[in-house]
Amino acid sequence: MSVGLVPKSASERVLGATSWFVFAFLYAPIIVLTIFSFNENDNVGIWTEFSFRWYGEMFQNDAVMGALRNSLIVAVISTVVSTLLGTAAAVALEKYRFRGRTAFDGLTYLPVIIPDVTMAVMMLLFFVQLFAMLGGLGLSFQFGLGTISLSHIAFSISFVAIVVRARLGQLDPSLEEAAADLYADRRTAFRRVTLPLIMPSVLGGALLALTISLDDVVVTSFVSGPGSTTLPVYVFGLVRRGVTPLINAVSVVMLAASITLVLVSLVFQRRGDGDPGSAGI
Amino acid sequence: MSTELRDEPEAVEVTPELEADAERAQARQGFLVALPALGYLILFFAVPLLIVFVYSFATRSSTGRTLLQDWNLDSYRRLWDPLVGEIALRSVVLAVLTTVICLLLSYPLAYYMATRPPKTRNLMMVLVLIPFWSNFLVRTYAWRVLLGSDGPISQLSQALGGEPIRILFTNTAVLIGLVYGFLPLMVIPVYAALERMDWSLVEAARDLYAPGWAAFRKVTFPLSMPGVIAGSVLVFIPTLGAYVTPALLGGARTTLLGDYIVSQFLAARNQPFGSALSVAVMVVMLIAVVIYFRRGGRTL
Repeated sequence: MSVGLVPKSASERVLGATSWFVFAFLYAPIIVLTIFSFNENDNVGIWTEFSFRWYGEMFQNDAVMGALRNSLIVAVISTVVSTLLGTAAAVALEKYRFRGRTAFDGLTYLPVIIPDVTMAVMMLLFFVQLFAMLGGLGLSFQFGLGTISLSHIAFSISFVAIVVRARLGQLDPSLEEAAADLYADRRTAFRRVTLPLIMPSVLGGALLALTISLDDVVVTSFVSGPGSTTLPVYVFGLVRRGVTPLINAVSVVMLAASITLVLVSLVFQRRGDGDPGSAGI
Repeated sequence: MSTELRDEPEAVEVTPELEADAERAQARQGFLVALPALGYLILFFAVPLLIVFVYSFATRSSTGRTLLQDWNLDSYRRLWDPLVGEIALRSVVLAVLTTVICLLLSYPLAYYMATRPPKTRNLMMVLVLIPFWSNFLVRTYAWRVLLGSDGPISQLSQALGGEPIRILFTNTAVLIGLVYGFLPLMVIPVYAALERMDWSLVEAARDLYAPGWAAFRKVTFPLSMPGVIAGSVLVFIPTLGAYVTPALLGGARTTLLGDYIVSQFLAARNQPFGSALSVAVMVVMLIAVVIYFRRGGRTL
């Protein structure tokens, strides 16, 4: 398709140069951070020698490990729940007509576009209010991993729903019709035909939910309680005070984890439709 | 529909009532499938949203507590305070600058990608997506390492006989961080628009002796406009409420909206005012989204 329009080689070269400049811009900070995390010196800016010292110290650090544990608990809970709810929402929106569908459609988009800070404020006031009400009934609750998980699910459902819907929208309706012609009822047709077809996008959505949960700082810091700090919130607190080699190491591990998740997610998505662009958002 | 046929072996004439029944059953089933997510989003998203709205009309007691009584518009009146105006203006300017720079960097890249063979194209897309989905906090932190007064850029500058670089904790650093953080949100929709475009139109323009630049200005760019608008909205919204980037890279004297809202809840403890600010940001954001959907953006 682009063969006919070979632009002048000069403009082509400018475009190419800009593109590689942008890629350098995208990757340079990540690469520099990774290199510095292997620096032996206590001082981040002064390079002495290559070592795994800070990675070792990271694993010995109780605060880091505790925060990591909290992060993983929250991420697993929120991923499982939001994947189930998000997939159901996608199926309902894409396959059925029902009253309130339009409002529901809008409601699934809102959490994606609302700024972090607003979401954080909303969840904080909500839980304060809810706990006050439950307190009136003699029940006592606290901010902690529970409130963090509930908040993460609230914004992850939408991401899962959007990814799964994109796939459902591309499916050939004649496949389900064929199942129906072969006397499969709607549930069987869904389980045997539709579900296997959308499975890559469901897994892609799940990995997305996992990534988002492991990424969140703002909402989590608003709804966490004593002892329920997650890794990003812990790192954020330290980073505000300054750069340390320990944080470099923790950062690189977090980076490696999220890059692995993205790559796995892309592999799942591509198995579905071969267009990595649709895996974007 | 076929289920009905199977349940009743003798073929039934399809009457309007039967069809209406089937439709109602379908609607009920659809509602049931939607119910768990719908219920969850109502309880844990719509209700919290409503609470913020309600709080924005509440009163702040002299001790900083929020009193859910004496409903008033004081918090909204305070939005016209010059200080708030200054912070809002600074945030909007920064968000617009971020959006424009993202566009200037993304368009050539997206164009270049869209004109590559499919294999290269997909590989480049993956290269854009990897940083985008990598941990945002860590990516921002990386700039703190890079831009620090003893960081690599400063050291390089000094090694070349220049001055140490001191842009950390300034708005320039925040701008760099924001562009870095949200750049892929521009690349993806612009690329999607260019990739879907019918390139034979450009060929046609060239056949009619349009010079390359004119063909781009009159054909390619207008056709990619939905992608440009989508990308701009996608970058503008999170930038306007950004909190992590200014907190890590910005200075103490350059408060932005995100910061300011957070401080109303943590430091200043003025929840009604913080809520009113949130509502205002949300309104601006919704206007942006409406523009986005009006202009045919469906690339989300």
